[in-house]
Amino acid sequence: MGLTVDSMGKNSVDSGLEIRKRSPEDRVVAIAGNPNVGKSTLFNALTGMNQHTGNWPGKTVANAQGYCESAAHGYVLVDIPGTYSLMAHSAEEEVARNFICFGEPDATVIVCDATCLERNLNLVLQTLEVCGRALVCVNLVDEAQKRGIRIDFEGLSRRLGVPVIPTVARKKRTLRAVLDALDAMMEAPPRAPMEIRYPDCVERAVARILPAAERCAAGRLPPRWLCLKLLDPDESLLRELTLYLGANPLEDEQLAAEVQAARSESGLDKDAWKDAVVSGVVRAAERICRGVVGGGAEGYSPRDRRIDRMLTGQHTAYPVMLAMLAFVFWLTIAGANGPSEALSRGLFALQDRLTELFEWLHAPEWLHGALVLGAYRVLAWVVAVMLPPMAIFFPLFTLLEDAGFLPRIAYNLDCPFRKCCACGKQALTMCMGFGCNAAGVVGCRIIDSPRERLIAILTNSFVPCNGRFPTLIALITMFFAISAGGWMDSVWAALMLTMAILLSVGMTFAASRLLSKTVLRGAPSSFTLELPPYRRPQIGKVLVRSVFDRTLFVLGRAAAVAAPAGLVIWLMANVTLGGRSLLIHCAAALDPFARLMGLDGVILTAFILGLPANEIVMPIALMAYLAQGTLMEPGSTAEMKRILLENGWTWLTALCTMLFSLFHWPCSTTLATIRRETGSWKWTALAAALPTAIGMALCMLVAGAARLIG
Amino acid sequence: MKTIRDLLPGQQGVIRRLLNTGSMRRRLLDIGMIEGTRIECVGRSPAGDPAAYLIRGAVIAIRGEDGCGVVIDGREGAVWD
Repeated sequence: MGLTVDSMGKNSVDSGLEIRKRSPEDRVVAIAGNPNVGKSTLFNALTGMNQHTGNWPGKTVANAQGYCESAAHGYVLVDIPGTYSLMAHSAEEEVARNFICFGEPDATVIVCDATCLERNLNLVLQTLEVCGRALVCVNLVDEAQKRGIRIDFEGLSRRLGVPVIPTVARKKRTLRAVLDALDAMMEAPPRAPMEIRYPDCVERAVARILPAAERCAAGRLPPRWLCLKLLDPDESLLRELTLYLGANPLEDEQLAAEVQAARSESGLDKDAWKDAVVSGVVRAAERICRGVVGGGAEGYSPRDRRIDRMLTGQHTAYPVMLAMLAFVFWLTIAGANGPSEALSRGLFALQDRLTELFEWLHAPEWLHGALVLGAYRVLAWVVAVMLPPMAIFFPLFTLLEDAGFLPRIAYNLDCPFRKCCACGKQALTMCMGFGCNAAGVVGCRIIDSPRERLIAILTNSFVPCNGRFPTLIALITMFFAISAGGWMDSVWAALMLTMAILLSVGMTFAASRLLSKTVLRGAPSSFTLELPPYRRPQIGKVLVRSVFDRTLFVLGRAAAVAAPAGLVIWLMANVTLGGRSLLIHCAAALDPFARLMGLDGVILTAFILGLPANEIVMPIALMAYLAQGTLMEPGSTAEMKRILLENGWTWLTALCTMLFSLFHWPCSTTLATIRRETGSWKWTALAAALPTAIGMALCMLVAGAARLIG
Repeated sequence: MKTIRDLLPGQQGVIRRLLNTGSMRRRLLDIGMIEGTRIECVGRSPAGDPAAYLIRGAVIAIRGEDGCGVVIDGREGAVWD
């Protein structure tokens, strides 16, 4: 659910990241590291920005940049996706590798997790092989201390040949040392790249081609590093090398011949070569850690074991997950009720004041209609209905995310996803979709296989985003609540909502399977997923950040769309053609088809006009009803229900509207994102057509069945 | 030939070699699964597959079809807790 201004803005996709310096003297610093070690937290703390953070690997999928100043320099910091190594596999890992190796940052900060330092050194060593100026941040030292892990930072620094700084990224004051070290490093000449000692067969091959590679590197890349890459080239790396050096090094005949000879001389095939190189790095990391890192129970604590036994246990996993989902929904619904009513009373009282103001100004009737009855009223509805549930749901979800639950959900759901020939990580992107489908689509970059990534992108809008939750909640409370009174109502509503979500998850599985058996045929590919240690979420920060970054951002976007949409609706309802308003014409034209689906023309019109944002579908429908009939204020849900009932709604209409809300075309932002991520209009069209077709079929089926029964 | 797939939760072994190829092999190597690495099965997902393994201090989920390429020492793993 990586939905913030930054993740949705220009920075979210780095089709050629453009570094924006404030002055030519500014230095560019890359922030690299394994997934989920706190790079984004460090980045935020240094730059004062709000790049989305969360306790799961793969949260940052694109480069983001920010600015910070130290005593001596201005720094442009680039937060790059987490990666275990520079031998890239997936799209987001390539982003990381390309920036470290070819982005020519002035320095690279490599962030490590103090609780599993040795494994983190794998990336550190690979980075030190290619980077001149680098420093290592050993983050999460507080957690390491709690586990009794001792780290000799000076010893580590001596062995690595670069500054090593202990940090707790959540605590800002520990970060001063990072900036000081960066300043000091900028004054000194860059150090020579690190030389890792590889097995003899590798070393002999490197020595053989080194002279030729030196010429080819032309001082822009460490020759030794270039040798290693040329001896074991992969296509994407070779492409980047060619771009960077201006020519494909292997087109140099002499060099190509040397490489060929060196490879056959080594007597290693491709896999064995890779093994030798990787083992070289891992063994070097082991050697370095020996003596400087000690004590402590590494990794998996007994507490985490206990939690995992419950959350991923054979009999407990699914019930616990479901119960948590239902509980979150219950808190959202029960907690949002009161504030929603109060807000709408307040906002509609304000509408009366506005009307008085317009009367006092002797403003023309059409202006009052367009601005107050059109734009303002839809806006008020959106705010009153959306703000309270979002202000509860977002922080709750963020808490779960921060604590580290999301990867466990992916772990639990991998088996069903694999049965649909898709990837378990799709569960993560699906969870992001609950926040915003556009963010979910961008998040699909964590999936390695292009086929599975496309499946995840195409099916992301099957889960309802935030814009659709309020509609679902409102319809459930109006038409399906049992009026037992008190807390039973909200429990029942939460259960209904959970069922709706289960339906959408089930449909995600079905659609994934359908795709993988038709247009995207193929076997499920391999997958590894890290289950990070549970962390105590920073409750205060989560509250503030999720309200300001997510809630207000989503609300702002909705409002930005809702106000003009209200205006358009008012115009459509009041501009007449042949004695009838445009809206009635439109609704009448769609009505016969909509009836087949158990809806009516107005609802379908509202869905079509709601393309820019799902949030405004219900307000548009209400506006349309109101424009045709009595002008009542849809303040409370009871009032709203009355209006809907007057316009011929039944429980069937409500059910079909909910179904169609779950399964119809994604909003325009999501569609634009799909176009950008897939680079194809064809897939974008399919992403719109697939849920729409399923939604229409479902609605017709339900409506038909209900009519048959009576 | 014993692989990590044969490990029950709580049992451990020492990696001898990888039979996996291509990108999966690189992935496993990247997370430090080289010869001589100690690996412990710490649990299975509710459907039985994938399973979670403790490798160099990190818990990583690996599917059975990939895990059966990771050959470990023949000796019986010690049962923990």
